[in-house]
Amino acid sequence: MFELLGIPPQALFGQLLLGLINGSFYAILSLGLAVIFGLLNIINFTHGAQYMMGAFISWMLLNWLGIGYWPSLLLAPVVAGISGVIIERLFLQRLYHLDHLYGLLLTFGLALIIQGLFRNYFGSSGLPYQIPAELRGGQNLGFMFLPNYRAWVVVASLVVCLATWFVIEKTRLGAYLRAATENPTLTQAFGINVPLLITLTYGFGVGLAAFAGVLAAPIYSVNPNMGADLIIVVFAVVVIGGMGSILGAIVTGFGLGIIEGLTKVFYPEASATVIFIIMAIVLLVKPAGLFGRTA
Amino acid sequence: MTTFRMNRRSVLAGAAATAFSARSMAQAQQPITIRIGVLNDRSGLYADLTGEGSAIAARMAAEDFGAAAKGLNVQIVSADHQNKPDVGANIARQWYDNDAVDVIADVPTSSVALAVNQITREKNKIFLNSGAATSDLTGSQCSPNTVHWTYDTYMLSQGTGGAMVKAGGDTWFFLTADYAFGHALERDTTAVVQRQGGRVLGAVRTPFPGTDFSSFLLQAQASRAKVIGLANAGGDTVNSIKQAAEFGITAGGQKLAGLLVFVNDVHALGLQTAQGLVLTETFYWDLNDSTRAWSRRFAPQRAGNMPSMVQAGVYGSVLHYLKAVAATRSKDAAQAMTWMKGNETDDPLFGKGTIRADGRKMHPAYLFEVKKPSESKGPWDYYKLLATLPAEEAFRPLSANACPLVRA
Repeated sequence: MFELLGIPPQALFGQLLLGLINGSFYAILSLGLAVIFGLLNIINFTHGAQYMMGAFISWMLLNWLGIGYWPSLLLAPVVAGISGVIIERLFLQRLYHLDHLYGLLLTFGLALIIQGLFRNYFGSSGLPYQIPAELRGGQNLGFMFLPNYRAWVVVASLVVCLATWFVIEKTRLGAYLRAATENPTLTQAFGINVPLLITLTYGFGVGLAAFAGVLAAPIYSVNPNMGADLIIVVFAVVVIGGMGSILGAIVTGFGLGIIEGLTKVFYPEASATVIFIIMAIVLLVKPAGLFGRTA
Repeated sequence: MTTFRMNRRSVLAGAAATAFSARSMAQAQQPITIRIGVLNDRSGLYADLTGEGSAIAARMAAEDFGAAAKGLNVQIVSADHQNKPDVGANIARQWYDNDAVDVIADVPTSSVALAVNQITREKNKIFLNSGAATSDLTGSQCSPNTVHWTYDTYMLSQGTGGAMVKAGGDTWFFLTADYAFGHALERDTTAVVQRQGGRVLGAVRTPFPGTDFSSFLLQAQASRAKVIGLANAGGDTVNSIKQAAEFGITAGGQKLAGLLVFVNDVHALGLQTAQGLVLTETFYWDLNDSTRAWSRRFAPQRAGNMPSMVQAGVYGSVLHYLKAVAATRSKDAAQAMTWMKGNETDDPLFGKGTIRADGRKMHPAYLFEVKKPSESKGPWDYYKLLATLPAEEAFRPLSANACPLVRA
């Protein structure tokens, strides 16, 4: 049997697949960030907390109201999205004319508050959430055992990412959005309600984060810090892909998941840093990111 | 200052003639103010098993001891070291230098604990460690100013590791949290496995804290080791166990050894996922009448959460320290340490015990198995007792200890 870099090919395929699964989370989260940054010019540091809220809302739906995984896949993003709309109306809309830094600080502060509240109420060690019965078990692919749930995560995130891309790039609504990004004043002059568009976009971005949170609930520990651990990596993904680039966010999300997965085999100690090394290199060579446009 | 202390000592010596008058004299004295700093993780993955719960345990120790009536004015302060050695070291210096803190208690996260251990020795204060695991605190890094109370990596490997090997798990692969604690736990467990004729097939160092362990678990699976040793803690352990079940690793016949699993982790996993895990602790709330009584007083202050062994250890160690100060009527670190090592410990949570010359607190360890959902009577009814390891078996014998205090 041949070996590639000292690793049997079976193991390598397995790790590639795992990288793809982790990449799914990066892709959905960085997509939400890219959509929000593209239209609102806000660097949404609350994103990690909103991802965490998605997981917690699905836990609450299950344990307090008896609503299972499948409905909460839709309900949790909606609830989180509404909270996003409230945040946008109350706070963010006052910051659009100011420097990026203000939005960043505000959303960062909000993230700390939200995490603190959840920690105070639920503690930090996390809550159990079972994999839905339909998706338990897995397939033996020969080179690895693929849990059904993980396969579902990849499919779900691919569908959501492509649908988002399609709506923004190929539909009339997306055209309005892009026009509002390009020139809000002119777009408003054509009778399009730009502030409403912005509010809903933020709500949608938050919903995406919460959707990722629901996907994560059965496999990762549902705890108040789950987003804080992830968000820094996701920001690196967005920077590598190019701030505000939809396609960039999706492609780099999956791509970096795979690179990280491979690092976990070849040099596990570096797997938490490899993305930042890539970020540094990309910023040196292509400051606008791989898919970004230079302003 | 010196003359004052001399005076006070002579007063005490005179008063010792009759027990009754000694007590009334002590009460008449100026109260001694003791400031205890509870330093731990208040916001991260160890916040539930240490955190505010440990501060509550310290306060309960002061109340139960009746410190005020014995002429001790005990103040409890607390801070968050965020599991970062630099942050922890800064707080410790600040506390000792500017805030008149006499004792630092708890300090989970071995890397932080080793830093605080060093600083406490420099400043000649007292360090009552409960939360950290590394056996180096009473080994190569041992200090005359440190007591290591609750557990350590040697004991964990002895308990859980020993039990797994005895049950036929003679080939191991480790998932090791990449910092002082994980390394120490892997090292100590490897020693136990090899001593009993087992083999270690490999290990992978995982970044701390981590979320996705599937890649590491797959490497462990590929090693075909009979036992996958989880040399990690808190959220890392919870995620590893959850994902091991998901990837069919446990169903495939490999066994997980959760080398450090706290009752809070079992709560987070749920019995469905955690059932059957074998683990070692030195305290469980439902162990006997006095642990139950204490825990029922503790839980309402922590939103119904039962205490972890770390929080219990903070209670036990603070109580013993207060006894030392009340007896010696001095905050002098050397005097208090001498008293603490010279007198038997006795508290409702760990029973009677001793503190050895190297700073190790000696008490039994318990090998538990996590109950099946059908066996559990309700929330927090999680463990059944498999075996009790006497202190001498659970902890590293002095003869095998690298601690310079012991050799001297």
